[in-house]
Amino acid sequence: MSGQSQRLNVVPTVTMLGVMKARLVGATRGHALLKKKSDALTVQFRQILKKIISTKESMGDVMRNSSFALTEAKYVAGDNIKHVVLESVKSASLRVRSRQDNVAGVKLPRFEHFTDHSAGDAKSDLTGLARGGQQVQSCRTAYVKAIEVLVELASLQTSFLTLDEAIKTTNRRVNALENVVKPRLENTITYIKGELDELEREDFFRLKKIQGYKKREIERREQDAKKYADNIPLKTGISMNSAHNLIFVGAEKDDDIIF
Amino acid sequence: MAGRAQIRTNNSALIAMIADEDTVTGFLLAGVGNVDIRRKANYLIVDSKTTVKAIEDAFKEFTSREDIAVVLISQYIANMIRFLVDSYNKPVPAILEIPSKDHPYDPAHDSVLSRVRYLFSAESVASGRR
Repeated sequence: MSGQSQRLNVVPTVTMLGVMKARLVGATRGHALLKKKSDALTVQFRQILKKIISTKESMGDVMRNSSFALTEAKYVAGDNIKHVVLESVKSASLRVRSRQDNVAGVKLPRFEHFTDHSAGDAKSDLTGLARGGQQVQSCRTAYVKAIEVLVELASLQTSFLTLDEAIKTTNRRVNALENVVKPRLENTITYIKGELDELEREDFFRLKKIQGYKKREIERREQDAKKYADNIPLKTGISMNSAHNLIFVGAEKDDDIIF
Repeated sequence: MAGRAQIRTNNSALIAMIADEDTVTGFLLAGVGNVDIRRKANYLIVDSKTTVKAIEDAFKEFTSREDIAVVLISQYIANMIRFLVDSYNKPVPAILEIPSKDHPYDPAHDSVLSRVRYLFSAESVASGRR
């Protein structure tokens, strides 16, 4: 992994600068939103955790009660109860329905138990037990209650695990944006600005140099012309001044002077 | 989020059980047991003669079946296949550890709570509460 944040390889133009700036704005906004989402999910997570802890405790109690009820039923109805029950298993009458809940943008599974009465024939076989029908009934109710608690616990547990995953992913994205994407974009923007400034400075420099050349050209021409003008009085006897005027004023196309 | 494992919306899913005889009897009494046409049951009675391999196979089978939404497993049995239970990370079916008659519930071994321990070391049940 790159230790320093690199910059993207782009052509340093003004358009690219605009594009990079827009991306940086998008990244910043996305980062803030994801952070909010992560916080909301963490709040839900803690709530579910508390509920799980309390439900697990109550589950321990409920299971103990049901065990007692079963022991009573066994004591009263004789040990055969186990075999009778085992034989009479056909189709489950107590089932679980699963659906999805949307919590803070995450799909959480939820279970709820329901009784499928179409398969409920097995129950009637047992109530005709020779002894202890009432104990068996109470045992059954105890276990049905246990199932309710257990289904709710299962629901909580799956939501818990799913939320855990979701929080990890969101945090990963937040960190990625914060530590990789944004610094990279910022470096790219700095680089582009630097390159643009340098181009401008080069242009400026070039301009100044050319101006310098032009000025020197003009000066040299003036020098040459002056030298020529100095030579004319020697050849033709005109005063230096008028010779100067000849050349320089004539250069201005003064129509009053007629040669 | 799209792309991750979708949770099936099932209208009638079963509850599987891997527990000792008494617990399973109790739950069968409540009407949770199901034996389908191929004589496959949704419960496994574990006694002193059951091998760890059989328990592993049953666990793997229950977790890969489409129509099972919850798997109840006694904690002392879960300890036998702890590595399987701990490495299981699908949301459905949910694995629930239940206490049994001889082995009361021990939060320190629960796979879900132990995962949470590193997050909330101050308040976690698994770390032995007030």
